[in-house]
Amino acid sequence: MWKLLKYMKAYRKESFCAPLFKLLEASFELLVPLVMARIIDVGIKNQDTAYILRMCLLMVALGVIGLVCAVTAQYFSAKAAVGFSAKLREVLFAHVQSLSFTEQDDIGTSTLITRMTSDINQVQSGVNLFLRLFLRSPFIVFGAMAMAFTIDVKAAFVFVVVIPILCVIVFGIMLISIPMYRRVQERLDAVVRLTRENLLGVRVIRAFCREPEEVRDFEGKNELLVKAQLLSGRISAMMNPMTYVVINMGLVVLLYVGASRVDSGLITQGSVVALVNYMSQILVELVKLANLIITVTKAIACGNRIQSVLEVPAGMETPEQDAASKSETQTGAGRLSQKGFADFPDKSDEDRENAVVAFDHVNFSYRSAGADALSDLTFAAHRGETIGIIGGTGSGKTSLVSLIPRFYDVRSGSVKVDGRDVREYPLEELRRKVGIVMQKPVLFKGTIRSNLLWGNEDATDEDLIEAVRAAQAEDVVLSKGLEEVAHSKGQDDTALLRGLDAAVEQEGRNFSGGQKQRLTIARALVRHPEILILDDSASALDFATDARLRGAIRRLNEKGDLTVFIVSQRTSSIAHADKIIVLEDGHVAGIGTHKELLASCEVYQETHYSQFPKTETADKGVLA
Amino acid sequence: MKKKSGQAEVLKRVLQCIRPHAPIVLLSLIMAVISVVLTLYLPVLTGQIVDLIIGPGEVDFEAIFGIMHKMAAAILFTALAQWLMNIFNNRIVYRVSSEVRQQAFRKIEILPLGYLDTHSSGEMVSRVIADVDQFSDGLLMGFTQLFTGVVTIVGTLFFMLSVNVRITLVVVILTPVSLLVANFIAKRTYSMFRKQSETRGEQTALIDEMIGNQKVVQAYGQEARVQEQFNEVNARLSQYSLRAIFFSSLTNPCTRFVNSLVYTGVGLTGALSVVGGLMSVGQLSAFLSYANQYTKPFNEISGVVTELQNAIACAGRIFELIDAQAEKPDAAPAKELPSDPGAVTLDHVSFSYSKEAPLIENFNLAVHPGQRVAIVGPTGCGKTTMINLLMRFYDVDGGSISIEERDIRSLKRSDLRSAYGMVLQDTWLRAGTIRENIAMGRPDATEEEIIQAAKDSHAHSFIRRLPQGYDTVIGENGGNLSQGQKQLLCIARVMLTLPPMLILDEATSSIDTRTEIRIQQAFQKMMQGRTSFIVAHRLSTIQNADVILVMKDGHIIEQGTHQELLEKAGFYANLYNSQFVMPGQV
Repeated sequence: MWKLLKYMKAYRKESFCAPLFKLLEASFELLVPLVMARIIDVGIKNQDTAYILRMCLLMVALGVIGLVCAVTAQYFSAKAAVGFSAKLREVLFAHVQSLSFTEQDDIGTSTLITRMTSDINQVQSGVNLFLRLFLRSPFIVFGAMAMAFTIDVKAAFVFVVVIPILCVIVFGIMLISIPMYRRVQERLDAVVRLTRENLLGVRVIRAFCREPEEVRDFEGKNELLVKAQLLSGRISAMMNPMTYVVINMGLVVLLYVGASRVDSGLITQGSVVALVNYMSQILVELVKLANLIITVTKAIACGNRIQSVLEVPAGMETPEQDAASKSETQTGAGRLSQKGFADFPDKSDEDRENAVVAFDHVNFSYRSAGADALSDLTFAAHRGETIGIIGGTGSGKTSLVSLIPRFYDVRSGSVKVDGRDVREYPLEELRRKVGIVMQKPVLFKGTIRSNLLWGNEDATDEDLIEAVRAAQAEDVVLSKGLEEVAHSKGQDDTALLRGLDAAVEQEGRNFSGGQKQRLTIARALVRHPEILILDDSASALDFATDARLRGAIRRLNEKGDLTVFIVSQRTSSIAHADKIIVLEDGHVAGIGTHKELLASCEVYQETHYSQFPKTETADKGVLA
Repeated sequence: MKKKSGQAEVLKRVLQCIRPHAPIVLLSLIMAVISVVLTLYLPVLTGQIVDLIIGPGEVDFEAIFGIMHKMAAAILFTALAQWLMNIFNNRIVYRVSSEVRQQAFRKIEILPLGYLDTHSSGEMVSRVIADVDQFSDGLLMGFTQLFTGVVTIVGTLFFMLSVNVRITLVVVILTPVSLLVANFIAKRTYSMFRKQSETRGEQTALIDEMIGNQKVVQAYGQEARVQEQFNEVNARLSQYSLRAIFFSSLTNPCTRFVNSLVYTGVGLTGALSVVGGLMSVGQLSAFLSYANQYTKPFNEISGVVTELQNAIACAGRIFELIDAQAEKPDAAPAKELPSDPGAVTLDHVSFSYSKEAPLIENFNLAVHPGQRVAIVGPTGCGKTTMINLLMRFYDVDGGSISIEERDIRSLKRSDLRSAYGMVLQDTWLRAGTIRENIAMGRPDATEEEIIQAAKDSHAHSFIRRLPQGYDTVIGENGGNLSQGQKQLLCIARVMLTLPPMLILDEATSSIDTRTEIRIQQAFQKMMQGRTSFIVAHRLSTIQNADVILVMKDGHIIEQGTHQELLEKAGFYANLYNSQFVMPGQV
């Protein structure tokens, strides 16, 4: 929590002024009884009506000054609290964005959302209240004790005993309840997760008629949350009564001590009254403080949760460290992998140096998984080549292409792009070279144009339209454009341009799977990447569209400087590739051209003939 | 359905939510009364002791001890009452907010898909979580301070009246001014709190979208731009928050100012009364301290009012969700579906998501029991919409869909939906173990059945290789499972339930073709004599369908078996042949 305070720096002035003005206000408030005493002692005694009136005006004036101070204090504290939490959200969001895929997989989305919203809100109200009260309360508590000493030292020792006890109670309750609030927030996470799941998985849940179970599940999780809330509430509920008992018992002792002191003629009756008043003042302050403590306790618990996210290192920043931390799991599973194809034809080291993408004995596993996702993978792709990647479900196709833009780090071996280890690149530079179309097509809220511009912010409308056409998404954009201009008929560029401005809803909800897929392909093309990766991105496209797409990409590559990786289930999609990598359970089952593999690689044969029944014509067609 | 419920209306709803807890509210009130009365009584006892401490050698220790016993008892009872009150209040507040949250969640379960498809999930999460949180915080403050505040006011009023009626009137007349001020400010801040709440929702939606799809963001190196977007919303939020917090926090100083005026007023009239010989100095000082005691709760109450403002603004948003139009309830005497339904009829069905863009029009289809119906066509032709209609995720605009001659609107939704097994292209798994995910449709399934289903769907081999096998916990988004593996699990899920009819929407799109063929065989065995609807791009997987529907722009343009359609040499034949065209021949 305390490390978060550095984000408060920009609001140093505010966080200093807020308590200061609060203190001023308190001081003016303390003057009022003195003025009243003057009214009684001077005004009434002398029957001086004019004096009474003047003193009343003075009190009003004090009130006005107090009001001004208070308003100023409120403004500063609100500004500091809001500014601080805004900064915190910004920093947290930025940090989450810097986390690598591995950390994101580990932490999970729901809890990040609670931390960024609910937790920060709690911190905000904690800071706001803290700034307003933290100087004032101790000021009055210790001030009252100091005043007591001026009256009678022995009696004042009652204060010396009572105040530490109060501190123990206050901080003890705080310490006990911080972990409890933490648990409350954790259970809140579970409730968030369930809510999100039910929103995102609504079709499946309803298809399986799971609603009653979901409601029951939610109620269970919710009940756990309430239990945690009640438990932590029960602890903080003790704060007020306990302090009340301690102070008033102190008061009783004080009265007794006072009585005996008066009895021995050491102090007067009036002094006892004064001492009693100071004790009551402490009580009033502590009641206020108790509220503060509860809020601050919550804020600290939440702050710690935020802190713990901020402490997750952005795993990609320090390569050496990363490599060390990841070499935990080494199963022997994949060791036998590379028999026949261990040393592929032209795989001299030099050749790999010249390659656009070179994998050198890459082993890779996901942090939470036991077995390797990829083992001992070696290949090179040269400029202008098209690399097909094919293999069974879960054979590591996506893992392979994820390593190129360094979404994950290898466990051992290396991945080189343009002859340089990907770990030596600034991430931005590396990823600018790569256009990747992921399996799950996602668009973001905005317009089609704003989505496409993600590929390249400087792209002109012509660039966008060119990419849209190549991605076979022209009709998607056009139909959206025509929707916008209800009656315009021509299929001209103006309708297309208008289509670019068609609204996209959150996560592209208003587009079908195939439409999204084509637009995400267009997004990748807009950036004119050196390396284009299509991760099974044509799965929702029909064959004709898929074929046209491949043709278009080939035309884009006329200059021969685009290296394309195509992950696919269909041999037809990759048959034209210069090199096909066949994966099976994370091992290479074969590398070569369509023809070579068809002749030599069993896995590839099986895959191919499952799609093209082994007939004369099909074989002819393939070999043509 | 009113879109924006007024503040008073929301308050009424909140009170309704509290009503079931009336007994505890009453207990809490009683505790408040006890603790306040004792608290006010304590100074009286202290005063009595002080009066006994007159001077050296004149202290009546015996009497003092007697009073001290009373004090100790009063202190302990006060503390006990306070503690109980706090506990009761916690109970009321957390229970009420949990009930509200449950209501909201139950509503989510019965909201029409049309609503969920058009509302951002992040924003709705924000309502169920953040808004309910703020609501309960405000309510808690309200309960703890409002009660004691009100009781303190009544108590001191009583004490003051016993001293001097005239000055009491001054106090009573002046104090409500602070309430007026508080009310004035509160009315103006309500809209600010609402705005804050709305912007917060917007921000949550953005966080949900961007953090949920962070991988794409990073792949495109868009972190900076997304951050900019976030900062913009964040700046707006902090602007609204600042306004809401600052203006609402004005209440306290303002009412305190009014109180100091009251204090001055009492001092003035009191002092003049003393000068006029109407009361004693002692009475005046007692009065002043009570006047102080009396006005303090007004401060607290006004502070509470701002919290309540926020709470009510949040409650308003939650009620908006709770009040959203639910799905039409199931037909009252719902018709029974025969145990083994198979005949599906679509009669002049028309449907569109928005009135401007008609999608499906005059769609007719009769499916006989056991038929395999394949739907093909270019993307966006309405295939997925067909499934939305068959499952009654959406209701048709015109015409009707019936199963075994029963309009699906006359059936119970749960009966209709459990008649189908559905696998969608968009795989959805929940955080939990593999086993839980497979057994989702049949939580009572035995271990053997689960493993059999996994074997049939060819998921068993990869599950076995996971570190904890079937007990492996997969994360929120399916964790590290590949898209194809997720699909296999979705298929296993359906294989386990053995529904009488089947809907496969691109169910095997991410699965390699060798596995796919094996799964097809399993499906075929399973679907023997069962009606099924299959949407697929890989035409190879639908060749042996009984009927192939070729859709385009919401219409069936061709219909027939694979052979018939090929002979027709139309749209389908084109589509079919295109998949055998190898690159280089284009």
